[in-house]
Amino acid sequence: MTAQPSFLENTGSRKGILAWILSTDHKRVGLLYLYSMVSFFFVGVTIGVIMRLVQLTTFQHLVTAQTYNALFTLHGVIMIFLFVVPGLPAVFGNFFLPILIGAKDVAFPRLNLASWYFFMIGATLAILSLFTGGGAPDTGWTFYAPFSIKTGTNISLAVFGAFILGFSSMLTGINFITTIHRLRAPGMTWFRMPLMSWALYSTSWIQLLATPILAITLVLVILERFFGIGIFDPAKGGDPLLYQHLFWIYSHPAVYIMILPAMGAISEILPTFCKRPIFGYKAIAYSSMSIAAVGSLVWAHHMFTSGMSNVAQMVFSLLTMIVAVPSAIKVFNWVSTLYKGAIDFQPPLFFALSFIFLFCIGGLTGVMQGALAINIHIHDTYFIVGHFHYVMFGGTGFAFFAALLYWFPKMFGKMYSKKAIYASWFPMFIGFNMLYFGMMILGMMGMPRRYYVHLPQFHWMHVFATVGSWFLALGLLGFFGTLLYAIFKGEKAEDNPWGGVTLEWTIPSPPPLRTSKRFQPSPRAPITSRRRTRRD
Amino acid sequence: MTEHVHRDDFGSRLGMWLFLVTEMVLFGGLFIAYSAMRHRYPMEFHQAGAELNATLGIINTVVLLTSSLTVVLSIVAMQRGDKKRTIGFLSSTLVLGLVFLIIKAFEWSAKFHHGLYPNAPHLATLPPGEQVFFGLYFSMTGLHGLHIVAGMGVLAWVLYMVIQNQVRADRYVHLENAGLYWHLVDVIWIFLLPLFYLAA
Repeated sequence: MTAQPSFLENTGSRKGILAWILSTDHKRVGLLYLYSMVSFFFVGVTIGVIMRLVQLTTFQHLVTAQTYNALFTLHGVIMIFLFVVPGLPAVFGNFFLPILIGAKDVAFPRLNLASWYFFMIGATLAILSLFTGGGAPDTGWTFYAPFSIKTGTNISLAVFGAFILGFSSMLTGINFITTIHRLRAPGMTWFRMPLMSWALYSTSWIQLLATPILAITLVLVILERFFGIGIFDPAKGGDPLLYQHLFWIYSHPAVYIMILPAMGAISEILPTFCKRPIFGYKAIAYSSMSIAAVGSLVWAHHMFTSGMSNVAQMVFSLLTMIVAVPSAIKVFNWVSTLYKGAIDFQPPLFFALSFIFLFCIGGLTGVMQGALAINIHIHDTYFIVGHFHYVMFGGTGFAFFAALLYWFPKMFGKMYSKKAIYASWFPMFIGFNMLYFGMMILGMMGMPRRYYVHLPQFHWMHVFATVGSWFLALGLLGFFGTLLYAIFKGEKAEDNPWGGVTLEWTIPSPPPLRTSKRFQPSPRAPITSRRRTRRD
Repeated sequence: MTEHVHRDDFGSRLGMWLFLVTEMVLFGGLFIAYSAMRHRYPMEFHQAGAELNATLGIINTVVLLTSSLTVVLSIVAMQRGDKKRTIGFLSSTLVLGLVFLIIKAFEWSAKFHHGLYPNAPHLATLPPGEQVFFGLYFSMTGLHGLHIVAGMGVLAWVLYMVIQNQVRADRYVHLENAGLYWHLVDVIWIFLLPLFYLAA
């Protein structure tokens, strides 16, 4: 095994970049996703920082109100469709799912590479829509009808880009489900799978069942714009509310596409650094599936002020409260895993704990908004913006960082500077809370979202939040700078630097091109709950 | 390296079935829109449905069902190693698909002729419910038509592979999957027929 070259070295006939962009190896496809996604992430961060600058009145001359509309639309489209939705499944799912279950690759390697191409085509179209046609889209990432149908900006291209991105997401889902059903190694039964695989499995089902609804909704927007079919147009007997329903039937489950794999990664990281089995393995596995199921039935809580019937409002409010239960089960299990563990404090654990803290704030404010009376007050305010950044960035984002730190030595065979990571954590965490907690306070005070200007009484808090955004951006630069430096100049990492017991730690770092036949999972105990010895 | 070529026909079929699920949900979105609108405008849907030519709709149903039969027969022929018949049955499926599209084209052009298309001045004078009906009619049958074209493309590709002996009696999962896709397109039509043509 030692003689085998790693997957990072080119051994085939293709040279240079072609050896990467034509490779169907799941590890290379995972890294392709990682590089493209982190690039898009930084585009999104830059737009975010500019938007914050606009709220400092001294910088308002930087962009016009129309450009501001385009900025928040693009920030949303990029961050959601190009970073958090594909986020963990496309990078760590591709790279580690086959390894975790003892398979050589995913079930359809060529389809997997094709998904990356769909991703890139969709991304290119979305970015092209900025510079072509009637100007950058200005509807917000939700593309609400009837405005998305009436506005003269380049909605059709952006929407078509999102349609293609949906295709990429769906194909990844099909691939993962088939992989998990068909390619588990002998002895790798369902309840011996690592929890990351369970999370990816439930995520894939949502991708499969929810994404087509978004696809058809976006197609209808395009048809409406080109041919005026009238389904969302009240003048022709259509109904804009129908658009909102169809949109959120996808886009709420999409929130769970974003968060479930993040929870899966956390469920891998915690036991490794607590040196003990995860508490409540089955409960976590089942809660992933029940989040996927119940999460598909709560979409209309985004529409409490849109004019639904009272009965519908109450039903969706109740279901929203219920979906918090499986999420809470996970949080309790994570905390119980920490209890009496022999905690080995390392950067991945640090970020995983930040995840739990931030996700709790995001999750609890979510339950709060599920209550109808509160929702009316804070609907479409900065409170919502703060809330979903806590869940999406504090949750998925921080879990993404934690997973990256956890698996980085395995993926690249290099170790990063732990001190530099801690040093960038501080501005990141403090800046994050200044920015988004500031936003929640602003929302409570009554600041509406998506406004170009604000009333004077909100100004001091906007300044506070904007300063937070600088810290946050600084921390992010430090974080990715450290990792980039480590790729080139980092020390060589051990095969198992954290003392993990799942299968990826049994192979060399970085893994050889073909990882096969090495896996013989223990026939007795679940892989994730083998007793660990204390490491001194 | 003596690499064993991995082959999992069951896995391929599973992948295809999962893809079919996404197609079902895709049309499902349109069926939701249809149900909501029909609930709102029952009378208008009844009246607008009368504008459609039920006879042509039923003829097209027969054409599609027959084409599904020929796909099944081509698979059976393949299992028996009868390449000539496989090619014959597959070709007849393609021809029947084309017939379906031609009939559809006649139908659509008749509607255009009568000014019953989105944004038409005549349609705008009708009650809103009827306008929505035709919006849905063109979106749903149009999307279905696109699927027919895509299905024919897939079948033509499989036909090529059969001729090239890449799809053979001992490995014909591509043919099976293409057949599954064609059946899905067929099934969706079975729902479109009563929803539009028999709505009157």
